[in-house]
Amino acid sequence: MADLSVNFAGITAPNPFWLASAPPTNTGAQIMRAYDHGWGGAVWKTLGTPIRNVSARFAANDWGGQKMMGLNNIELITDRPLDVNYREIEEVTRKYPDRATIVSLMFETEDEWKENIERSIEAGAKGLELNFGCPHGMCERGMGSAVGQEPKILERITNWVMRTSTIPVIVKLTPNISEIVPPAMAAQHGGAHAVSLINTIKSLMAVDLDTMIPVPNVGGASTNGGYCGPAVKPIALRMVGELARHEEFNLPISGIGGISTWRDAAEFIALGCTSVQVCTAVMHHGFRIVEDMADGLSRFMDEKGYRTIEDFAGLASRNFRPWEDLNLNFKVVAQINADKCIGCQLCFVACRDGSHHCIYLPGDGTGKAPDDGGRVPHVAADECTGCNLCSLVCPVESCIEMVEIDRGLPEVSWKQFTSGQATLPEYVWKH
Amino acid sequence: MTLSPRAGLADGRLECAIPDHKPLLTETQAVSEANRCLYCHDAPCIQACPTGINIPEFIRRIATGNVAGSAETILEANILGHSCASVCPVEVLCAGSCVYNEMEQPAIQIGRLQRYATTHAYDAGMRFFTKGAPTGRKIALVGAGPASLACAHELTRLGHEAIIYEGRELAGGLNTTGVAPYKLQAGESLREVAYVQAIGFTIRNGVHVGRDVTFADLERDHDAVFLGIGLGPDSRLSMPGEDLEGCEGAVAFIERMKNDPACSVAGIRRALVVGGGNTAIDAVRELRALGVPEVTMVYRRGEAEMSGYAHELAQALQEGVKVRYWSAPLAVTGEDRVTGLQVAPTRVDAEGRLVIDETQTSMLPADLVLKATGQEKLAAMVAGIAGIAVDKGRIRVDAATGQTGHPRYFAGGDCANGGKEVVNAAAEGKRAAQGIHALLTTQAGTAPAAAR
Ligand SMILES: Cc1cc2nc3c(=O)[nH]c(=O)nc-3n(C[C@H](O)[C@H](O)[C@H](O)COP(=O)(O)OP(=O)(O)OC[C@H]3O[C@@H](n4cnc5c(N)ncnc54)[C@H](O)[C@@H]3O)c2cc1C
Ligand SMILES: Cc1cc2nc3c(=O)[nH]c(=O)nc-3n(C[C@H](O)[C@H](O)[C@H](O)COP(=O)(O)O)c2cc1C
Ligand code: SF4
Ligand code: SF4
Ligand code: SF4
Repeated sequence: MADLSVNFAGITAPNPFWLASAPPTNTGAQIMRAYDHGWGGAVWKTLGTPIRNVSARFAANDWGGQKMMGLNNIELITDRPLDVNYREIEEVTRKYPDRATIVSLMFETEDEWKENIERSIEAGAKGLELNFGCPHGMCERGMGSAVGQEPKILERITNWVMRTSTIPVIVKLTPNISEIVPPAMAAQHGGAHAVSLINTIKSLMAVDLDTMIPVPNVGGASTNGGYCGPAVKPIALRMVGELARHEEFNLPISGIGGISTWRDAAEFIALGCTSVQVCTAVMHHGFRIVEDMADGLSRFMDEKGYRTIEDFAGLASRNFRPWEDLNLNFKVVAQINADKCIGCQLCFVACRDGSHHCIYLPGDGTGKAPDDGGRVPHVAADECTGCNLCSLVCPVESCIEMVEIDRGLPEVSWKQFTSGQATLPEYVWKH
Repeated sequence: MTLSPRAGLADGRLECAIPDHKPLLTETQAVSEANRCLYCHDAPCIQACPTGINIPEFIRRIATGNVAGSAETILEANILGHSCASVCPVEVLCAGSCVYNEMEQPAIQIGRLQRYATTHAYDAGMRFFTKGAPTGRKIALVGAGPASLACAHELTRLGHEAIIYEGRELAGGLNTTGVAPYKLQAGESLREVAYVQAIGFTIRNGVHVGRDVTFADLERDHDAVFLGIGLGPDSRLSMPGEDLEGCEGAVAFIERMKNDPACSVAGIRRALVVGGGNTAIDAVRELRALGVPEVTMVYRRGEAEMSGYAHELAQALQEGVKVRYWSAPLAVTGEDRVTGLQVAPTRVDAEGRLVIDETQTSMLPADLVLKATGQEKLAAMVAGIAGIAVDKGRIRVDAATGQTGHPRYFAGGDCANGGKEVVNAAAEGKRAAQGIHALLTTQAGTAPAAAR
């Protein structure tokens, strides 16, 4: 059996599945219920100077008949009194000493930070997470993403925290920036022990066309919020991947953004994370999802022979490279398995209208597809650019395979080509 | 059966007791089913629909929440799309060609999605088509079944004046009088008639052509005549006892069951239905649905030879219907009403001919015997009209235009195709309208009937 336990910047937990700071971690009762389901840790809903929340707060992006492919919220940090929160943190850390109970903080003045770091440590917190990511409501007041977007301020506040904190400090990064490396480096320079990312992405979910009010409707108007859920996973992966491969960045990473299954979690770990955090998937399906997450990940690890999370953390990172390092002589072409093909011709229309028109139909007059009266399309291998599109639209599992063509050419990247280190064969236009 | 003219439907008809087998989908159901559709290129389902509805398009519109646009897509191709959605044997038409069958996954429920969209349009009173600019041409249509309704609608769109003559008091043809109530009830059929007719054509109910007016009258007063007369009454078995009370044609019985509040199956414990086609299967399923305890189909040949759809037979068997294969009826027995049916075993000889062994007859007790061995052809009605050719009881027409051997007579639906489905009648009626339009707009020399 694989060992799922982690030691993340000195914070230990029985598994890498942690709840992200959000509604599922609002109260001690919730977190204890989550722990009973098996969550390895939880980042408490961000504490700060008490705020007021609005109603309504959420809106979702349904897609293809599936609910909540993306979730958007305009909720702020905790709206419960700090005393109540600290009392509950104390109870949780006492009852569940083996879990990674982390307190998320967002304050304005150095004194406020200091006081609340001390109170968190007193309540038994295993670590602190600095919320420099909230993209709505708090940033207008100079907190949240307003900090995360300014590396200098981020570094300064991290410094304040490091002066007081005796427990590990995680800086939570905002994706609402154009480069993820500078704020992450600022966290490192500021002395943080780790980073977590991503917080939500600044967004406007939708417009109600009957009322002409964007959603969620708060008494006749709406505002921008934070986007999260399955839709944001690719964005989060890219940011995590960029930090993980960066030569000078060397803090542990807690991956967040669209994680719903053990596979999602494993991908973040493969890119270099040593813990992951989940919010939307729990808001959608409840704490119970951790049971399959733990089971699935452990079976996967057993199957692959990884004993610990460390064994495979970062294995994919070295294969995530800048474009200019990719081999331009590598070539794949689409191949349709006629036995599996159901004749929907989606590959044809996608390639014709959306790619390079390399797929032909029986009886289309070009003579390129065998005219057998059937509906199975034919890929002209010499025209196929190997873009993948047809295999992405094909509804039948492994019906279109992208097959590697060995052209007997050496590996040549754009970097090598433009620096004169290597040559490339003449480019031939097919269309 | 007496119904006061244009009375509509009385309450308490037997069919009302039979629940819908495929109820209207909820929005959630419809959207999730619509999202399963792959939106195929050159979709095989379209090719399998006799009216060529752009199925992926209407389904996508349901998925995007554009239900009105969806209904228009459907009705543009098939103005009877509302009844078709419920009555089409989709298993052998559109859904039977859905690519999901190739993946051994359930085909898209095209009929139910179609019904979802058209019901939405009906309920909201949405109208998509208007009368064309008047051409001054006038066309008579005989019969108010699906063929004539589709034809009249298209003619009206093209600006012609269409007048339907219908012998019955209720319009809609077999949609009103024949199709199984668990698919479509008479009230819904009449709702469709009203919806289609609202474009602005006339239906004269209770006018039987050949009796109340002659074909010569129609020819004189109109520029063209469309024949949408369907098929005739149930075929007779020509055997003793056939006219006893309790022995009836299946189509006639179904019509009473659907339209006549006086029809009842009270006291009927054992019913026999003779035949192996879709009408026979409908009849047994309806009798079961009405609570008749013992219902048996009596068929002269085996399961493989049955002309009824396998999916319908499977349903019937599931509902507790029994089938007696290889049995030929010899006589209906009884004194003043039916008590049973005498049958003899059959087999096929070396040449493939059916042989009845009359030496070994047996007696099947019954309170009701329905004959479902086909309907007579009505072509005799038009046999006297110069040029109209009749082939095996079907009025022979040009497939592209619906034109008969008489240039001003057109035909479509069951009377021309020998008995298919509502959707075929709708397709053929519309095609004939275009044929008539082509004839009348290229016929430069002939004056409109109105001017003669
Ligand atoms: C029992 C039964 C069940 C069926 N179930 C289905 C089903 O589930 N799905 C399906 O798609 N199809 C079904 N069909 C077939 C379908 O009903 C027909 O194919 C379709 O109705 C044919 O339409 P039509 O307009 O050609 O004829 P009809 O619907 O038969 O209409 C003909 C009309 O012409 C009138 N008429 C005839 N002669 C004259 C005259 N001389 N003067 C004035 N009016 C006249 C008749 O009264 C009738 O109203 C069923 C048929 C039967 C018998
Ligand atoms: C309703 C809601 C409230 C949130 N509140 C906080 C918060 O108080 N502090 C914080 O650091 N992140 C907050 N987040 C962001 C989440 O912790 C997380 O970073 C983000 O949702 C991405 O993860 P996911 O895709 O698993 O949801 C919130 C998210 C949601 C949906
Ligand atoms: S998309 Fe796939 S199943 Fe559809 S026609 Fe192309 S190869 Fe066949
Ligand atoms: S009209 Fe009938 S066959 Fe055509 S798409 Fe609709 S349900 Fe299918
Ligand atoms: S064949 Fe099936 S999946 Fe394809 S368009 Fe038609 S209904 Fe949709």
